[in-house]
Amino acid sequence: MTKQHVTTSINGDEIEFLCETEQTLLDILRDELQFIGTKEGCGSGDCGACSVIVDGRLVCACLMLGVEAQGKKIETIEGIATKEELHPLQQKFIDHAALQCGFCTPGFLVASKALLEKNPNPTETEVRYWLAGNLCRCTGYDKIVRAVLDAAQEMRGASA
Amino acid sequence: MRYEAPDSLDAATELLSSEPGVSRILAGGTDLLVQMHAGMTEPDLIVDIKKIPDLRAIVAEDSGFRIGAAVTGAEMGEHRELKSAWPGVVEAVELIGSTQIQGRATPGGNLCNASPAADSVPAMVAAGATVTVVGTEGTREIPVQEICTGPGQTSLKKGEIVVSFKLPARPSRSGDAYLRMTPRTEMDIAVVGVGVNLTMDQEGNCIDARVAIGAVAPTVLLVPEAAAALIGTKVDESALAELASAASAACRPIDDKRGTKKYRIKVAGVLAKRAAKIAVERAGQSL
Ligand SMILES: Cc1cc2nc3c(=O)[nH]c(=O)nc-3n(C[C@H](O)[C@H](O)[C@H](O)COP(=O)(O)OP(=O)(O)OC[C@H]3O[C@@H](n4cnc5c(N)ncnc54)[C@H](O)[C@@H]3O)c2cc1C
Ligand code: FES
Ligand code: FES
Repeated sequence: MTKQHVTTSINGDEIEFLCETEQTLLDILRDELQFIGTKEGCGSGDCGACSVIVDGRLVCACLMLGVEAQGKKIETIEGIATKEELHPLQQKFIDHAALQCGFCTPGFLVASKALLEKNPNPTETEVRYWLAGNLCRCTGYDKIVRAVLDAAQEMRGASA
Repeated sequence: MRYEAPDSLDAATELLSSEPGVSRILAGGTDLLVQMHAGMTEPDLIVDIKKIPDLRAIVAEDSGFRIGAAVTGAEMGEHRELKSAWPGVVEAVELIGSTQIQGRATPGGNLCNASPAADSVPAMVAAGATVTVVGTEGTREIPVQEICTGPGQTSLKKGEIVVSFKLPARPSRSGDAYLRMTPRTEMDIAVVGVGVNLTMDQEGNCIDARVAIGAVAPTVLLVPEAAAALIGTKVDESALAELASAASAACRPIDDKRGTKKYRIKVAGVLAKRAAKIAVERAGQSL
């Protein structure tokens, strides 16, 4: 079977790859393009470790085919920090000790970034519902929620 | 495995019907990719329908709304007019999965996957929604409840695609609601789901109603006896009690790890009452 040629944008860079139909976007990111910040927890949409933003929408990379990336704009964890600085969410995750093993962290950060772009001033309940599709077996979630609320506050201050 | 993403319905139905092997339609993929990952299906051809414009639009028509089958849950939730006209339908769609799932999941996929517990289906059936189905032999318009014939089974013929859902015009003083019972608040599958849609008159009498229940039979059930318990009443406690017994009586559930028969039958009645109260409130009346 011949592979399909896909052109897409990842974190602002135009990227081309060859892809079998059955490969998910997650397979492509991790195995073909070495964007290994995006994690595979379950492969079935339940854990959120593979969260990426596609054309402004938060999705699970494990539930999208690589060929569907044609012409799309993809944002992954690798695009969150600048060369000089961590994203406020990343800094707050460190400050609040919102990670232990860190496996879920890229997914939480990408999901939280999508939330704050849509709603810069979420309530705690809104944060908890938005992140319900991200599982963490270490932290008990509370520190993650505090970190997101704190980052939101700081980012609102910075843009005011 | 071949992947095609045609931009017209004709091309899509042609591809699907001429494939000699197993062909599958891909909308959001939140059921299909899970099934492929689990090895439950290995299609020879995948036809992505998201590039077909008719399937991707929500259009307010003089007599209601037309929702493309491949519109996402997130897009439906962001559509203000749709949400205010059909809050029950939209809340049912929004219950599907997490934020990530909402970014991809579609009402067409939820219906055609034919799970008895699909959340949007009881709300669509209660709403009296119809679907437009297009195949190589033409177009037909059928009630939503005629699509699913059993768990994982539909009445769609090879090559047929559900193009859109049509929600009818809404008389004034109408309201709808969908409630489900799940052990977890989020990210869980309905043990029971109930959709209620009704219209009241100026005196506070219910003049029209439709009630549908999910996860309590092989397919979602429209329950005319439950609707009859509301019509002609003020939706008072005695009407609600009748509604609950009619909803419970219609259940033909199974025992499984998520709930026993007895529990499902009981909860169907309880949820029907609660959903009816919300629908009445939304219809702009107080009990
Ligand atoms: C983590 C997770 C949580 C979930 N939670 C819920 C939940 O709470 N409630 C719930 O009801 N479901 C839930 N689901 C199931 C799933 O997300 C929904 O059923 C969703 O609506 C499917 O839509 P889709 O567009 O992703 O379907 P797809 O996977 O693209 O398609 C599903 C099936 O329908 C067929 N199909 C799709 N569109 C059409 C069409 N237009 N015409 C004909 N056939 C078509 C496909 O060939 C396939 O067989 C969950 C899934 C996951 C992974
Ligand atoms: S790996 Fe995609 S949701 Fe778990
Ligand atoms: S920090 Fe270990 S899973 Fe979240």
